[in-house]
Amino acid sequence: MVIHVDKRTSDAAFFDLVARVSGVANIHLAPRIACDWGTWSLVEASRSASAYLLARAPMVRHVQLISGACLPIRPVPELVAYLDAHPDTDFIESVTTKDVTWTKGGLSEERFTLTFPFAWKRQRRLFDIWVEVQRRLGRARRAPEGLTPHMGSQWWCLTRETLERILADPNGPSYDRYFSRVWIPDEGYYATLVRRHARKIESRSLTLSKFDFQGKPHLFYDDHLAMLQTAPAFFVRKIWPGSRKLYGAFLGGLPVQQPATPRATDVDRTFDAAITRRTRGRAGLNMTGRFPNERFEGAGTAAPYAVFHGFDEIYRDFPSWTAKALGATTHGHLFAPEGVEFSDVSRDFAGGLTAAPRLRDYNPDAFLANLLRTTTPDYQTFLFAARDQQAITDFLARDAHATIAVISGTWALPLMRTGQPAQVLRRQAARLQQREVRFLELLRERRTRARVQIWNLAEVVETPAAPLRAVLNDHSVPGANALTVMPGLRDMGGLVAFLQDLRNMGMNPHTAGPVFAETRPQVRLSAQERG
Amino acid sequence: MGIFTALKFRIERRKRQIRAIRKRRELTPVANRTAQIGPDAILAFLTIRNEKPRLPYFLDYYRALGVDHFLFVDNGSTDGGAEYLADQPDVSLWHTDAWYRESRFGTDWLNWLKFRYGHGHWTLTLDPDEFLVYPFCDTRPLPALCGWLDQSDIRTFGTLLLDLYPRGPLSAQTYREGDNPFEQAPWFDAANYTITKNHKYGNLWIQGGPRARAYFEDAPHEAPSLNKIPLVKWDRKFTYVSSTHMLLPRGLNRVYDEAGGEKATGCLLHAKFLDTLEDKAAEEVTRRQHFARGREYDAYYRKDAGEDGLGHHIQNASTAGNGLKRLALCQRVIGHERWLCYDGPRRPRPRRRCCTPPCRTGLPGGHSRRQTYQ
Repeated sequence: MVIHVDKRTSDAAFFDLVARVSGVANIHLAPRIACDWGTWSLVEASRSASAYLLARAPMVRHVQLISGACLPIRPVPELVAYLDAHPDTDFIESVTTKDVTWTKGGLSEERFTLTFPFAWKRQRRLFDIWVEVQRRLGRARRAPEGLTPHMGSQWWCLTRETLERILADPNGPSYDRYFSRVWIPDEGYYATLVRRHARKIESRSLTLSKFDFQGKPHLFYDDHLAMLQTAPAFFVRKIWPGSRKLYGAFLGGLPVQQPATPRATDVDRTFDAAITRRTRGRAGLNMTGRFPNERFEGAGTAAPYAVFHGFDEIYRDFPSWTAKALGATTHGHLFAPEGVEFSDVSRDFAGGLTAAPRLRDYNPDAFLANLLRTTTPDYQTFLFAARDQQAITDFLARDAHATIAVISGTWALPLMRTGQPAQVLRRQAARLQQREVRFLELLRERRTRARVQIWNLAEVVETPAAPLRAVLNDHSVPGANALTVMPGLRDMGGLVAFLQDLRNMGMNPHTAGPVFAETRPQVRLSAQERG
Repeated sequence: MGIFTALKFRIERRKRQIRAIRKRRELTPVANRTAQIGPDAILAFLTIRNEKPRLPYFLDYYRALGVDHFLFVDNGSTDGGAEYLADQPDVSLWHTDAWYRESRFGTDWLNWLKFRYGHGHWTLTLDPDEFLVYPFCDTRPLPALCGWLDQSDIRTFGTLLLDLYPRGPLSAQTYREGDNPFEQAPWFDAANYTITKNHKYGNLWIQGGPRARAYFEDAPHEAPSLNKIPLVKWDRKFTYVSSTHMLLPRGLNRVYDEAGGEKATGCLLHAKFLDTLEDKAAEEVTRRQHFARGREYDAYYRKDAGEDGLGHHIQNASTAGNGLKRLALCQRVIGHERWLCYDGPRRPRPRRRCCTPPCRTGLPGGHSRRQTYQ
């Protein structure tokens, strides 16, 4: 065993290590080299340490490179047995630059075609400028004769023969010149040279390591113990230095559990999920660490929901019908000016949302997003009307989770039902219609992402079942009861006269469409539709 | 960002720093043990006034989490809290009788202490009723979190100030020194928070929770800010602008992702709603040393005195089973998989949403704002 200690390590720490290992016969200390992250010095260090080791330990057949942040997670005899079974195999991840998916920061092929004289960690600005200059100039260094650049994890396990051939390659100096100027040579040097010298390559690392979305290695902590005990690898990195339980379990000589079946997926699934969460997040969740800006393309809410505009003015007891038909939680007018009408008549709702209208109107978008986030996975529907607070309409139109069914012109019905003369209601009617027109325009814009269906009052009076059929087809929610009953229609007597009165007053109720006849009293479904 | 904007913010930052440095004269050292601070020490900075009952649990909690040294400013305590702190081996204490308000609610004093002792350290700036939790904090102590932040080149860690409250009236239970406050106050609001971006400083402005719901339902914009950035790898160039809500330079306030992803964040569990609050509110209403002249305390005081007091109000909301969850696994609001589970509160059966029938008769009077729409 050979340990290389960075020359930058303090002398005190180094001599402490010397004192501790000096009594152990098979531990040697290699010549120290000052190392910088991502530079040639790392290759130099591992190369000189390998040469040192091979010279001093003639019976070594495989060499495994590990770091101070690694831990063996399987017993050493198991590793020995495994390597004995594969005497000629080099375990090193080695893939061509075109096939690599894990490079971060846009440098994959350019790692080998540009030069990188500046330290990325300390001289970031110079580094970036120099890369940009070379790109503009179209610089493309060529690999030395006989080499095809490959990349892979720098934590390899090579056979003695391969390692000796790499160290003794007659073209060594020209390779060194080339690799000393590529980006992160420790991930390229061995991966490339084994392609020239190895007899049998198994392109995977025996060291398990995981990287976050920026290419920084994930750390392992005490709570990963169970996961690591069953991981199909012999080493793991990086370990957080304070993980006493991990060090105790893997170095303390505790019996290691034999995994029934290697479960690579446990580790992979966990860390892949972490990356997805960091980069894509959970839909509709706005919080301290996530607040998508206006350019964000994803949904603003957590789950699909439906908005019914004007339906309750046509159909009797519409919310309870939707509750039965769609198996949904059906709210009343969530944005009613007097207060929130939750499905539940209690004052407050899930998550601490209250019916107080000012709290809701303070940030209607957040109100709706909160409601949907806290009620998933139940399907939510609510009623809407021209009379309600309109500040939410922008959000609704742009939310891909919204399904909006609109019956236009329904603003006329509650006005008509007040029984007051058209003269009195005219101004109010004009205002409501204006709001409705604005909403409809919004829904017809190109940037609208909600699913929208629009009928006007005249069409619905003509065929009252049409919107209901569309609703049933659109919202075939699993678990919805087979529907046999259609809701009754509310009384719309006097509608034609009322609209005519409004026209006579000089207002054009155009969103209602041409209403000529009052409706039939009962909606009927064909036998087929009854199912 | 134009060069003038940059300059403007630089001048603002310098002004605040100079102000903090000048305010150092108001501080008299009582016990200065800062020589003990090692190069990797994690430091906590606080201002206190008459908060002795809270201190023992507070210190134990943060010691267990991995804080190495506490730096306190005592603003004229008369309850023996200062003497208690002066005896602690890992506490440095300064005393002042100057006005809290004139020091911008302690920010200047603590900015100075961080300028002097915090450079290069991970620093926590807290109130004695704030308890930091973060993902995996039950298995990964603070040094693990700070190490990860260092490795990821992250300088600040954002949190939500999460108000916890008891189920009944505040005075129903008595908080005794050393108690875990969350045994008495284990409830919180899960999903009624609103966020807007502060374009000047680039931080998120979060409001909501029980305080907005109970005290500010008619003036939501006045509800307290819940966004806090308490954990910072301090540099002499940094300065807090207002409490720990935001910092300069503004880049430090970017603790959130704007492209849809989630950055790792934590929570400051806020143990404000204990029986001790009622005395405090009464005192602060006359003292007027808090933000916006203690507007918030006015609200507590007023509401408490009336029929629809804090305890009453929240009690009804909770007993009606409105999905106000106990401190437990709650991913929905704060977005973490795992939570520190205190010894005290037992985890209740997870409740997805309101399922108990509403208790109409239990509602306080004067709330018949429910009108049928038509």
